[in-house]
Order: sequence, then structure tokens, then C-alpha cells
Amino acid sequence: MSTENIATISCRQLSKRYGKVEALRNASFEVGRGEIFGCIGPDGSGKSTLFRILTTLLRADSGGATVEGLDVVKDYHAIRNRLGYMPGRFSLYQDLSVEENLNFFASIFNVTIRENYPLIRDIYRQLEPFKSRRAGKLSGGMKQKLALCCALIHKPSVLLLDEPTTGVDPISRKEFWDILAQLRRQDITIVVSTPYMDEALRCDRIALMREGAVLKIETPERIISQFPQTLWSVQGDPMYKLLTDLRRHEDIISSYAFGDAHHATVRSERITPLQLEENLKMLGYLNVEVKKIQPTIEDCYIAMIND
Amino acid sequence: MLKFLIEKEFKQLARHSFLPKLIIVMPCVMLLVMPWVANHEVKNVNVCLVDNDHSALSSRLAQKVSSSAYFNLSATASGYSEAMQSIESGKADLILEVQPDFERRLVREGEAEVMLSVNAVNGVKGGLGSSYLLNIVNDYAAELRSEQLPYMGAAASGSFQLQASYFFNPSLNYKAYMVPALMVLLITLLCGFLPALNIVSEKESGTIEQLNVTPVGKLTFVIAKLIPYWIVGFITISFSFALAALLYNLTPVGSFGTIYVFIGVYILALSGFGLVISNYSNATQQAMLVAFFFIMILVFMSGLFTPVSSMPQWAQNITIFNPLKYFMQVMRMVYLKGSSVAELTPQLLALCGFAVFSNTWAMLSYKKVR
Repeated sequence: MSTENIATISCRQLSKRYGKVEALRNASFEVGRGEIFGCIGPDGSGKSTLFRILTTLLRADSGGATVEGLDVVKDYHAIRNRLGYMPGRFSLYQDLSVEENLNFFASIFNVTIRENYPLIRDIYRQLEPFKSRRAGKLSGGMKQKLALCCALIHKPSVLLLDEPTTGVDPISRKEFWDILAQLRRQDITIVVSTPYMDEALRCDRIALMREGAVLKIETPERIISQFPQTLWSVQGDPMYKLLTDLRRHEDIISSYAFGDAHHATVRSERITPLQLEENLKMLGYLNVEVKKIQPTIEDCYIAMIND
Repeated sequence: MLKFLIEKEFKQLARHSFLPKLIIVMPCVMLLVMPWVANHEVKNVNVCLVDNDHSALSSRLAQKVSSSAYFNLSATASGYSEAMQSIESGKADLILEVQPDFERRLVREGEAEVMLSVNAVNGVKGGLGSSYLLNIVNDYAAELRSEQLPYMGAAASGSFQLQASYFFNPSLNYKAYMVPALMVLLITLLCGFLPALNIVSEKESGTIEQLNVTPVGKLTFVIAKLIPYWIVGFITISFSFALAALLYNLTPVGSFGTIYVFIGVYILALSGFGLVISNYSNATQQAMLVAFFFIMILVFMSGLFTPVSSMPQWAQNITIFNPLKYFMQVMRMVYLKGSSVAELTPQLLALCGFAVFSNTWAMLSYKKVR
């Protein structure tokens, strides 16, 4: 636990199936107060199902969960007052204006905007110029900010954000994470899911998920430091053929395309980057470049899947 | 909380690109156009006359027929087969054939025959047309008798005349019968379809997800969805009362108070069913088709066109579960007979039952948790 011992959210062996598909398999984890906890995994890894169980919208087939010590099945009503939820899809009223949406969500939680304004001030300031614009006419980044305001307006102690940055431009994504970091300082516990591995670094701890199962829960730094092998980045023309040759190489354990280069895990005791470069040049590759790199979360994820 | 939910519904309704227009246009079309077309009166029946007698008495009959508002003397033919052709070509609906010795027999024997042949492809037109024409012929016969033509003496002595008097709608004005029923149809379409589309559209836009994590309760939610339609229904019906009074000079013999009591209950019952459909549907299209299916059946089994009492017994048994039937009865009875709540208690109880049933169902079928 990174901050305190008392868990704000605790899941025990949560499972959920939709017909034959196992959406969630024995997911267990705990989130401490004031922590930013990231659920990282590709589409279909069970993130949204997990969120819907925690927000009391879905019942798990087995296992249990508590939010702020309240049971998600028995005390669902009390939980709804303490929870801020942003669904994966934009779900505010598109035909109401920015201000009306905020007012509406404040009033159904029996609070006023003024009461909790300090909490949303920094975000709402950016929205203020458009406050009479219909929510449906906002840009993607602005929509997410408004949704966050609406989820925060009743001053929840726990915030559940389901893929808040999907479909948002890189600058807005960065801004959004800056906002989350600020909220964390106000003791709000944040659980956020994302398919973008690079965003994992902004979480205190992350759960790597795959096909409904939690593979690992750790701080992102430690996940990276626990990367078991040596990682090289390899470039050379032609790139596509390079990948097949790398996979054939006896000193290379695995290799995969990663952006504009290939990443390869190697038996570093048997070969150096320079030797590999020579090998590849002999095979006729041009512009060959091999260098040792720090693994990213995505490399760790891929390594874990290959295990 | 309820206040804000309702306020939101109204804002959404007002900003909708289409619905507010529909709420205005629908009563206008319903009351401006429908009473003229949804009409069982048979008019403009084309008669082909075959006058084989060419006498004074036969041409008086022809004149009598053509002076009626219901008939057009569209053609005359020299023989039956020629007249038949005009029926086949669609120029005539009825053939009235006068025998060659019409006048002579009338004078000598005090009786004569005419023949009526009817095109019954359209049963209503054929049936009503021939009975109207029969009335005219009988009328003519009575007229001849009352003139006490000296040469007709004996035959006229034992005749009697039938005098019908029509209660509640003395002039048999078909519009007085249809307009109240069309108002029912109007309310049914608006307050049945709109709620059916409402919750499901929140499902489609995803807003229901956000609403479900709030502390808003089921009862509050359903009431917040019902009240806007209630108000819309009241406005629309009041507007159509005004239209009916202006256009057709139709005002209820009974009191508006009675009607409003029933409308209040009826809209609740109907919108409840709409919400139920919405709760079970996953897409607007689905909700629309299901609502359409039910409203179709309810309308045809309500007595709007065919009186319930002339349906087969099994169908009459089904109409017991049709809220539309009760409200249709109420509107016609209040508009034409001047009935009050006291006489309409069975209908009131039935509608209250429907309202409680449908709204309880709507509340129970709205599920936040799956």
C-alpha cells in the first residue's frame, strides 16, 4: 500500500461471465486512500466490467467488493453518494448546455455548484467560456473535462474513470492526467482504466489485466525494474524482413514490432549490440542500429503475456 | 430532486428538433382533416336511372332521387343491360329501373314496382346507399298516398308512417361522433409513443449510465418521466377542445371537469405502458415497433370505427383489457350525452386500475443494476 493501510476499495475474487465469455476471472486487489490506481489492459480485458461492478451497476457472479468499507451489493445506495463515475462513453445530456449539465448533476445529488466549486475550479475555468454551449457541441477533450466536473460535483471520495482519455488528443490527455494528479492531492482515491500503456507511469500503482484476469499489481517503476531480460531496440532496412531474421537469431529470445523499431529480448551474456549490428549488416541490412533501452510498461506487459 | 429531473425533461423536449412541432401539428391535422375523411356517411352515390315509363309519375321519382344530397343522377340508360355497363365501368353504384307500366299500374291497381340493383364491392356504400334509396322510394309512395289521388282510393287507407327521433345527436352529425374519438386517438399517439421512446433513448445515448450511479430512486425516476407527458397531454387536449369548438362548433354537453378527470387518469395509464415498453427495449427502433404494434391493436379494438357491441363475443372479451375503449366511451358520452363522473364510475375504476398496474410495472421493470 503506497499511502495508508485502510483500503478504500477492496475486491475479493470477483468473477463475471456473459454467457460463455468470462469477462472477469477472480480479480482481487485493494486500493488505498488517495491513490491513483490504474487498470491497464487492451479492449476486452475486463476493465469496464470491473468498473460496473464497483459502481453498483452490475452484480458479480461470485466474489465481493467494498468501496469505503461499504458492500457494493448491500450498501449500494450509500456508495452512490460517495462515488464519482465517468463511463467509457460520453454520457451527459448532449442537448443541455455545459452549465445545465453541471447544475443538473449537482441538484440530483442535493448539492449546489457553489458548495463544491473549489474542487472543480481549475477544470471548470477552462470550460467557462463555453458554459452556454450544448454539451454535444464540445470537442472531445472538453467533453471529458465536463464529464469529470459532473462526476466531481457532489464531492465524491472515490472517483472511477473508465477510459477517460480514449479518443482524446495527446495534449488534452496530458492535461487530463495533470488534473487527476491535483485531485489526488485532495485525498480523492482515483481508479482509472486505460488501454494506453504510456499513461500507466502516471499512476501510483497499476493492475495489468488480460482476458478478465489481473496479471500483476505493482507500482509502474517496480514493474519496469522487474523486467527479467535485457531489451534492445533494433532498426534496419527492410524492417519487415528484419523481424523474421531477428526471430531466427539464436541469441534472441523474442522480438516484436514496436513503433518505428523492433524490440528484442536477448541473451546478453552471449552477444553485444555491436555484434548483432555486424551480424545484420552481413545479412545485407542497411542503416542498422542496435541499442540497449529501458523497457516500457508495454514491454513488461508483452513479456508477461509471453510467459 | 424531482423538480430538477422534470425541468431537465422539459428542456430536452423543448430543444428536440422534432417533437415540439409534432405536438402542435398533430392535433391540427387530426382535427382539421380526419373528421372529414374518417366518416361513415355515404354520400355522392351515383345512380343510373332506367326509366322505361317516361310518365309524369316516373319523372317525379327521378327528380326526388336527384334532389337528395346523397345521390347523383349520373346517367340515364335506355335499358337494363346498358345500365349494367355503367356499373361495370364504375360510373354508377346503383341502378333504379322503372317498369314500363309504372304510372298505369299505380293508377289502376294502386301499386307498382321499381327495381334496385346495387354494386356491393364496397359493402358499406352498397348497403347504406340502397337503404337510403329505398327510403326515398317509400317516401314517394307515402307522398302519393297523402295526396289522396282520387284514382288511388282504396289502397291508401291502411298505411302508416314511421317517424324516427334520434337522441343525443338529433341531426345524426357524424363529426359529433368522430371528433371526441379522434381526440382520444391523438392523446393515445402522443402519450403512448413519446414515453416509449424516452427511456430507451437515454439508454442509447448512454446518459442512463450516469443517472444510474446517482441516488435517484426508481419512484422518483418514473414520476419524473411521467409528469412531462401528463402536462403535454393536457395542453394538447385543451388545444384540440378549442379547435373542435371553433371548427365544428362542438362543445361537450357534459362538463370539461369530467373530461379532465378522465384524461388525467388515462394519460397516466398509457404513459406507464409506454415506459414499460421503453424499459424492455434496447433500441429506439425496437421500442417504436412494439409501441406501434400495441397501439394499432388497441385502436382497432377500441370502438373508434366499429362499435365494440358489434364485435364477436370473444373480441368483446379482449376489449375489457383495452384502456382506450373506456376512454373512448367516456369522451363520447360526455360530449354527446352529458354524462358525469357518477355515471361513468365503471370506466373511472377501470382506468384507475390500468394506471396503477402500468406504473407499478414501469417502476419494477426499471432496473439500475443488471
